[in-house]
Amino acid sequence: MAIKRQARAPIFAALGDDTRLLLVTKLCGGQPYSISQLTQGSKLTRQAITKHLRVLERAGIVHSVRTGRESRFEFDPQPLVGIKEYLDFVSAQWDQALYRLKSFVEN
Amino acid sequence: MSDRIEKRIGLKAPISRVWRALTDYREFGEWFRVKLDGPFVAGQISRGQITYPGYEHIKWQAIVQKMEPERVFSFTWHHSFDPNADILKEPTTLVEFRLEKVAAGTLLTVTESGFENLPDNLRLEACRRNEGGWSEQMKNIENHVAKAS
Repeated sequence: MAIKRQARAPIFAALGDDTRLLLVTKLCGGQPYSISQLTQGSKLTRQAITKHLRVLERAGIVHSVRTGRESRFEFDPQPLVGIKEYLDFVSAQWDQALYRLKSFVEN
Repeated sequence: MSDRIEKRIGLKAPISRVWRALTDYREFGEWFRVKLDGPFVAGQISRGQITYPGYEHIKWQAIVQKMEPERVFSFTWHHSFDPNADILKEPTTLVEFRLEKVAAGTLLTVTESGFENLPDNLRLEACRRNEGGWSEQMKNIENHVAKAS
Protein backbone atom coordinates (compact mmCIF):
# COMPACT_ATOMS: atom_id res chain seq x y z
CA MET A 1 0.00 0.00 0.00
CA ALA A 2 1.42 3.32 -1.07
CA ILE A 3 0.13 5.21 1.89
CA LYS A 4 1.77 5.43 5.29
CA ARG A 5 -0.27 4.72 8.38
CA GLN A 6 -0.09 8.25 9.80
CA ALA A 7 -1.18 9.75 6.50
CA ARG A 8 -4.62 8.15 6.62
CA ALA A 9 -6.41 10.28 9.19
CA PRO A 10 -6.05 13.55 7.21
CA ILE A 11 -7.77 11.91 4.24
CA PHE A 12 -10.85 11.03 6.23
CA ALA A 13 -10.79 14.38 8.01
CA ALA A 14 -10.44 16.14 4.66
CA LEU A 15 -13.46 14.32 3.27
CA GLY A 16 -15.56 14.90 6.37
CA ASP A 17 -16.74 18.31 5.22
CA ASP A 18 -19.55 19.32 2.87
CA THR A 19 -17.66 21.95 0.91
CA ARG A 20 -14.61 19.79 0.42
CA LEU A 21 -16.75 16.85 -0.67
CA LEU A 22 -18.37 19.12 -3.25
CA LEU A 23 -14.97 20.30 -4.47
CA VAL A 24 -13.76 16.71 -4.78
CA THR A 25 -16.94 15.79 -6.67
CA LYS A 26 -16.23 18.61 -9.13
CA LEU A 27 -12.56 17.78 -9.51
CA CYS A 28 -12.79 14.02 -9.76
CA GLY A 29 -14.02 14.32 -13.34
CA GLY A 30 -10.31 14.70 -14.13
CA GLN A 31 -10.38 18.26 -15.47
CA PRO A 32 -8.28 20.85 -13.61
CA TYR A 33 -10.11 23.93 -12.31
CA SER A 34 -8.90 27.36 -11.29
CA ILE A 35 -9.89 28.81 -7.92
CA SER A 36 -12.21 31.31 -9.65
CA GLN A 37 -13.98 28.48 -11.47
CA LEU A 38 -14.39 26.58 -8.22
CA THR A 39 -15.68 29.69 -6.44
CA GLN A 40 -18.32 30.33 -9.11
CA GLY A 41 -21.78 29.30 -7.98
CA SER A 42 -20.60 28.93 -4.39
CA LYS A 43 -21.67 31.09 -1.47
CA LEU A 44 -18.13 30.97 -0.14
CA THR A 45 -15.41 33.51 -0.77
CA ARG A 46 -12.34 32.82 -2.86
CA GLN A 47 -10.27 32.77 0.34
CA ALA A 48 -12.52 30.19 1.95
CA ILE A 49 -12.42 27.95 -1.13
CA THR A 50 -8.62 28.29 -1.24
CA LYS A 51 -8.41 27.24 2.40
CA HIS A 52 -10.49 24.13 1.68
CA LEU A 53 -8.36 23.31 -1.36
CA ARG A 54 -5.20 23.53 0.75
CA VAL A 55 -6.68 21.02 3.21
CA LEU A 56 -7.39 18.65 0.32
CA GLU A 57 -3.92 19.27 -1.06
CA ARG A 58 -2.24 18.46 2.26
CA ALA A 59 -4.19 15.20 2.38
CA GLY A 60 -2.96 14.36 -1.13
CA ILE A 61 -6.45 14.29 -2.60
CA VAL A 62 -5.84 17.15 -5.03
CA HIS A 63 -2.72 18.91 -6.25
CA SER A 64 -2.16 22.29 -7.81
CA VAL A 65 -0.53 23.03 -11.13
CA ARG A 66 0.60 26.50 -12.11
CA THR A 67 -0.35 27.73 -15.54
CA GLY A 68 0.97 31.24 -16.09
CA ARG A 69 -0.15 33.41 -13.21
CA GLU A 70 -2.94 31.08 -12.19
CA SER A 71 -3.02 28.02 -9.98
CA ARG A 72 -5.24 25.21 -11.10
CA PHE A 73 -6.29 22.29 -8.98
CA GLU A 74 -6.72 18.74 -10.11
CA PHE A 75 -7.82 15.51 -8.52
CA ASP A 76 -5.00 13.14 -7.66
CA PRO A 77 -6.15 9.75 -8.96
CA GLN A 78 -3.57 7.85 -6.89
CA PRO A 79 -5.60 5.22 -5.04
CA LEU A 80 -4.83 6.18 -1.48
CA VAL A 81 -7.49 4.63 0.69
CA GLY A 82 -7.46 0.89 0.30
CA ILE A 83 -9.92 -1.44 1.97
CA LYS A 84 -7.36 -2.47 4.60
CA GLU A 85 -6.85 1.12 5.71
CA TYR A 86 -10.57 1.63 5.74
CA LEU A 87 -11.14 -1.43 7.91
CA ASP A 88 -8.66 -0.07 10.47
CA PHE A 89 -10.48 3.25 10.40
CA VAL A 90 -13.89 1.63 11.02
CA SER A 91 -12.38 -0.58 13.73
CA ALA A 92 -11.08 2.48 15.59
CA GLN A 93 -14.49 4.12 15.28
CA TRP A 94 -16.09 1.07 16.91
CA ASP A 95 -13.60 1.17 19.78
CA GLN A 96 -14.64 4.75 20.47
CA ALA A 97 -18.35 4.04 20.11
CA LEU A 98 -18.18 1.05 22.48
CA TYR A 99 -16.24 3.09 24.99
CA ARG A 100 -19.05 5.65 24.89
CA LEU A 101 -21.63 2.86 25.28
CA LYS A 102 -19.74 1.53 28.29
CA SER A 103 -19.79 4.85 30.10
CA PHE A 104 -23.42 5.28 29.08
CA VAL A 105 -24.71 2.01 30.61
CA GLU A 106 -22.38 1.86 33.60
CA ASN A 107 -23.19 5.33 34.92
CA MET B 1 -7.10 -10.60 4.69
CA SER B 2 -9.87 -10.47 7.26
CA ASP B 3 -12.95 -8.74 5.95
CA ARG B 4 -14.71 -8.46 9.26
CA ILE B 5 -14.37 -6.57 12.49
CA GLU B 6 -15.10 -8.22 15.81
CA LYS B 7 -15.13 -6.51 19.18
CA ARG B 8 -15.92 -7.85 22.61
CA ILE B 9 -16.60 -5.73 25.64
CA GLY B 10 -17.66 -6.56 29.18
CA LEU B 11 -20.28 -4.17 30.54
CA LYS B 12 -21.07 -3.84 34.22
CA ALA B 13 -24.79 -3.50 33.61
CA PRO B 14 -27.68 -5.97 33.42
CA ILE B 15 -28.56 -7.36 30.01
CA SER B 16 -31.91 -5.50 30.03
CA ARG B 17 -30.08 -2.18 30.47
CA VAL B 18 -27.69 -2.91 27.60
CA TRP B 19 -30.55 -4.03 25.37
CA ARG B 20 -32.34 -0.74 25.99
CA ALA B 21 -29.19 1.30 25.27
CA LEU B 22 -28.85 -0.54 21.96
CA THR B 23 -32.43 -0.63 20.74
CA ASP B 24 -34.19 2.43 22.14
CA TYR B 25 -33.56 4.91 19.35
CA ARG B 26 -33.03 7.86 21.71
CA GLU B 27 -30.58 5.94 23.90
CA PHE B 28 -28.74 4.54 20.86
CA GLY B 29 -28.46 8.09 19.52
CA GLU B 30 -26.91 9.31 22.78
CA TRP B 31 -23.81 7.13 22.69
CA PHE B 32 -23.58 6.48 18.97
CA ARG B 33 -23.98 10.21 18.26
CA VAL B 34 -26.85 10.20 15.83
CA LYS B 35 -30.24 11.91 15.97
CA LEU B 36 -32.71 9.28 14.81
CA ASP B 37 -36.13 10.11 13.36
CA GLY B 38 -37.95 7.23 15.07
CA PRO B 39 -37.83 3.80 16.73
CA PHE B 40 -36.00 0.80 15.26
CA VAL B 41 -38.35 -1.67 13.57
CA ALA B 42 -37.08 -4.95 12.10
CA GLY B 43 -37.20 -4.89 8.31
CA GLN B 44 -37.53 -1.13 8.13
CA ILE B 45 -35.18 1.70 7.23
CA SER B 46 -33.94 3.78 10.13
CA ARG B 47 -33.10 7.38 9.27
CA GLY B 48 -31.45 10.26 11.06
CA GLN B 49 -28.57 12.68 11.13
CA ILE B 50 -25.09 11.89 12.41
CA THR B 51 -24.15 14.22 15.27
CA TYR B 52 -20.52 13.06 15.53
CA PRO B 53 -18.24 16.11 15.09
CA GLY B 54 -16.89 16.32 11.56
CA TYR B 55 -19.51 13.98 10.13
CA GLU B 56 -22.64 16.06 10.75
CA HIS B 57 -23.33 16.31 7.02
CA ILE B 58 -23.76 12.56 6.74
CA LYS B 59 -27.24 11.15 7.04
CA TRP B 60 -27.74 8.02 9.08
CA GLN B 61 -29.46 5.31 7.08
CA ALA B 62 -29.63 1.67 8.10
CA ILE B 63 -31.94 -1.25 7.52
CA VAL B 64 -32.84 -3.00 10.77
CA GLN B 65 -32.42 -6.76 10.38
CA LYS B 66 -32.90 -8.63 13.65
CA MET B 67 -34.35 -7.58 16.97
CA GLU B 68 -34.38 -10.63 19.21
CA PRO B 69 -34.91 -9.20 22.72
CA GLU B 70 -31.80 -9.29 24.90
CA ARG B 71 -30.02 -11.54 22.39
CA VAL B 72 -29.39 -10.04 18.95
CA PHE B 73 -29.77 -6.62 17.36
CA SER B 74 -28.49 -6.17 13.83
CA PHE B 75 -28.67 -3.76 10.93
CA THR B 76 -27.07 -3.17 7.55
CA TRP B 77 -25.69 0.23 6.63
CA HIS B 78 -23.70 1.88 3.89
CA HIS B 79 -20.28 3.53 3.95
CA SER B 80 -20.64 6.31 1.44
CA PHE B 81 -19.25 9.76 2.24
CA ASP B 82 -21.76 11.24 -0.18
CA PRO B 83 -24.39 13.22 1.76
CA ASN B 84 -27.00 12.20 -0.84
CA ALA B 85 -26.26 8.46 -0.76
CA ASP B 86 -29.27 6.13 -0.79
CA ILE B 87 -29.12 3.03 1.42
CA LEU B 88 -31.15 1.04 -1.11
CA LYS B 89 -28.59 1.67 -3.85
CA GLU B 90 -25.35 1.48 -1.88
CA PRO B 91 -23.30 -1.61 -1.01
CA THR B 92 -23.78 -2.37 2.69
CA THR B 93 -22.10 -4.13 5.59
CA LEU B 94 -23.87 -6.01 8.39
CA VAL B 95 -23.48 -4.84 11.98
CA GLU B 96 -24.48 -7.34 14.64
CA PHE B 97 -24.68 -6.87 18.41
CA ARG B 98 -24.85 -10.10 20.43
CA LEU B 99 -25.57 -10.00 24.13
CA GLU B 100 -24.64 -12.63 26.70
CA LYS B 101 -25.38 -12.65 30.40
CA VAL B 102 -22.24 -13.06 32.53
CA ALA B 103 -21.59 -12.86 36.28
CA ALA B 104 -20.25 -9.30 36.05
CA GLY B 105 -23.09 -8.08 33.87
CA THR B 106 -23.23 -8.36 30.09
CA LEU B 107 -20.76 -9.51 27.48
CA LEU B 108 -21.37 -7.65 24.26
CA THR B 109 -19.93 -8.82 20.94
CA VAL B 110 -20.10 -6.52 17.95
CA THR B 111 -19.26 -7.79 14.51
CA GLU B 112 -19.27 -5.91 11.26
CA SER B 113 -18.98 -8.00 8.12
CA GLY B 114 -19.40 -7.71 4.37
CA PHE B 115 -16.54 -5.33 3.67
CA GLU B 116 -15.87 -7.35 0.54
CA ASN B 117 -19.04 -5.69 -0.83
CA LEU B 118 -17.36 -2.31 -0.67
CA PRO B 119 -15.25 -1.10 -3.58
CA ASP B 120 -11.46 -1.63 -3.31
CA ASN B 121 -10.83 2.01 -3.48
CA LEU B 122 -13.46 4.03 -1.72
CA ARG B 123 -12.34 7.39 -3.02
CA LEU B 124 -12.19 6.51 -6.67
CA GLU B 125 -15.47 4.69 -6.39
CA ALA B 126 -17.15 7.79 -4.97
CA CYS B 127 -16.11 9.61 -8.12
CA ARG B 128 -17.12 6.86 -10.47
CA ARG B 129 -20.53 6.64 -8.84
CA ASN B 130 -20.99 10.29 -9.37
CA GLU B 131 -20.21 9.93 -13.06
CA GLY B 132 -22.61 6.99 -13.11
CA GLY B 133 -25.25 9.32 -11.72
CA TRP B 134 -24.74 11.64 -14.61
CA SER B 135 -24.94 8.96 -17.28
CA GLU B 136 -28.15 7.78 -15.59
CA GLN B 137 -29.57 11.30 -15.81
CA MET B 138 -28.61 11.44 -19.48
CA LYS B 139 -30.47 8.19 -20.07
CA ASN B 140 -33.54 9.57 -18.27
CA ILE B 141 -33.50 12.62 -20.51
CA GLU B 142 -33.04 10.42 -23.56
CA ASN B 143 -36.00 8.23 -22.55
CA HIS B 144 -38.11 11.26 -21.82
CA VAL B 145 -37.34 12.79 -25.20
CA ALA B 146 -37.90 9.47 -26.98
CA LYS B 147 -41.36 9.15 -25.38
CA ALA B 148 -42.30 12.71 -26.26
CA SER B 149 -41.53 12.30 -29.95
